[in-house]
Amino acid sequence: MTERQAQRSFLAKLVVWVPYAWLVALFLVPFLIVVKISLSQTAIAQPPYTPVFHLASGWQGLRSFFAGLSLDNYAFLGTDPLYVLSYLKSVEIASFSTLLLLVIGYPIAYAVTRTPRRAQAVLMVLIILPFWTSFLIRIYAWMNILQHDGPLNQLLLALHIVREPPAWLSTNTAVYIGIVYSYLPFMVLPLYATLEKLDEQLLEAAADLGCPRWKTFWLVTLPLSAPGVLAGALLCFIPIVGEFVIPDLLGGSQTSMIGQTIWTEFFANKDWPTASAVAVVLVCLLVTPIVVFQHQTMRATERN
Amino acid sequence: MRRLSPLNLAVLLTGIVFLYLPIVILVVFSFNASRLVAVWGGWSTHWYAVLAGDFALLDSAFISLRIAVISASAATILGTLAAVALVRFGRFRGRLLFAAMIYAPLVMPEVITGLSMLLLFVAISIDRGFWTVVIAHTTMAMCFVAVIVQSRLVDFDVSLEEAAMDLGASPARTFVAVTLPLILPAIAASWMLAFALSLDDLVIASFTTGPGATTLPIRIYSEVRLGVSPEMNAVCSIMIGVVGIAVIAASLLTKLGAARGTPARA
Repeated sequence: MTERQAQRSFLAKLVVWVPYAWLVALFLVPFLIVVKISLSQTAIAQPPYTPVFHLASGWQGLRSFFAGLSLDNYAFLGTDPLYVLSYLKSVEIASFSTLLLLVIGYPIAYAVTRTPRRAQAVLMVLIILPFWTSFLIRIYAWMNILQHDGPLNQLLLALHIVREPPAWLSTNTAVYIGIVYSYLPFMVLPLYATLEKLDEQLLEAAADLGCPRWKTFWLVTLPLSAPGVLAGALLCFIPIVGEFVIPDLLGGSQTSMIGQTIWTEFFANKDWPTASAVAVVLVCLLVTPIVVFQHQTMRATERN
Repeated sequence: MRRLSPLNLAVLLTGIVFLYLPIVILVVFSFNASRLVAVWGGWSTHWYAVLAGDFALLDSAFISLRIAVISASAATILGTLAAVALVRFGRFRGRLLFAAMIYAPLVMPEVITGLSMLLLFVAISIDRGFWTVVIAHTTMAMCFVAVIVQSRLVDFDVSLEEAAMDLGASPARTFVAVTLPLILPAIAASWMLAFALSLDDLVIASFTTGPGATTLPIRIYSEVRLGVSPEMNAVCSIMIGVVGIAVIAASLLTKLGAARGTPARA
């Protein structure tokens, strides 16, 4: 091997290993630490858990370290209805809002593909643009609108639709509005990407053969857009399950979503092991959708 | 035949109004003279003047900007390297794990990313503050960068690179002279995205920050929790304005880049 080739392969290795090492150290290892702490006990100490592993104590230390681990935290999660309800509520809100997003996002994505090419690009920019403003600001904008004497209630009163201004904030309705508003671009984007590639000739063929428009949609357009539906649904469902800001600012205090539970366990109760156990269970819950999503994205990028 | 039925037009209009109306209302109310947020008291820039004297807020804005610039730059470099590795290096050992670590953070709930980062920093006893937030944001954003740059690398003509190498350019030189200029629009776009993600992030920053490094979203969040206020309307309107200008500038840039890139590809 010449010197130059050696240099090349060294550079090539660097291209792979720098980002690789970064992700292992800052994504994979931290997650393993979460798993480890979920098996530890709460302690009044800094850091607030035992056992703490010391490299200096060697093999003996390692053995006592493993002896100190237990599944108690997980057993605790199962016995306390607070956690079970929290998981159920998260999945329920995420499923229902993903459905809502599909029902609202699909017609929008479809309508965009019906416009001339040049208009499509502009429309997609318009749809994505709000996503660039801060998440927090968009939720805050809805706090403005939904507050007791806010614009929405003023409008409803002026139009005599309601006699008494209804309370919107601290309700599930507000959470759904906030989620649909924040995640709409994530749903429209993949839907548009598949619908836009749809072969027009298939629709023309169906029309030529006398198929009514609604039936063409049902038999041709919808099945062919299935990958986009799946991608959009996953891209929304997974993060919504762990959502924190929206339920915290717009939702009520009856049952919290799982992201809020982790936040409270960690910051308010300082119970790191329980927070970690809740997080690990959440990842297990999401592992199937995450793997499907990954597979889908990898196939999509490689097909292009 | 493509045609826009009245129904489709109505859907589009409703969609756009739904997306923009809340933002417009927020901006309009930031110019409300009245202290009571919901009562209209005439146009005024009073709340913007109040903001100019709020040093804690300005300080947080400055911290957030610095974190965003540093982490976006680091994420762009790391993410571009990762994209090149994924697209150009074939099936190297450990590629599956590598790809998994690129895609998983895109959908991982932020609460978990934040929690795990914090536990890492505690485990290796690093004091939390400015730099821990930078590291956390870099890690999150580099995955987005990798996906964007990757899609650009996949659809460009490899024969351009091959031509450069046939003419004796080293892979590194080929990358700098041929590949980099062609993927530059994607790199610029992903820097913008990384910057916006960092500036926007509340959850991960809350977990990984420490004393003296209160970012703007953390400060806004602690105020907003207490309810709607005219000062917050003004802060949010300024941020909307900044982002609006930046996005318009960026889209003009990409258009320029795309216009320059098209003849080369044809």
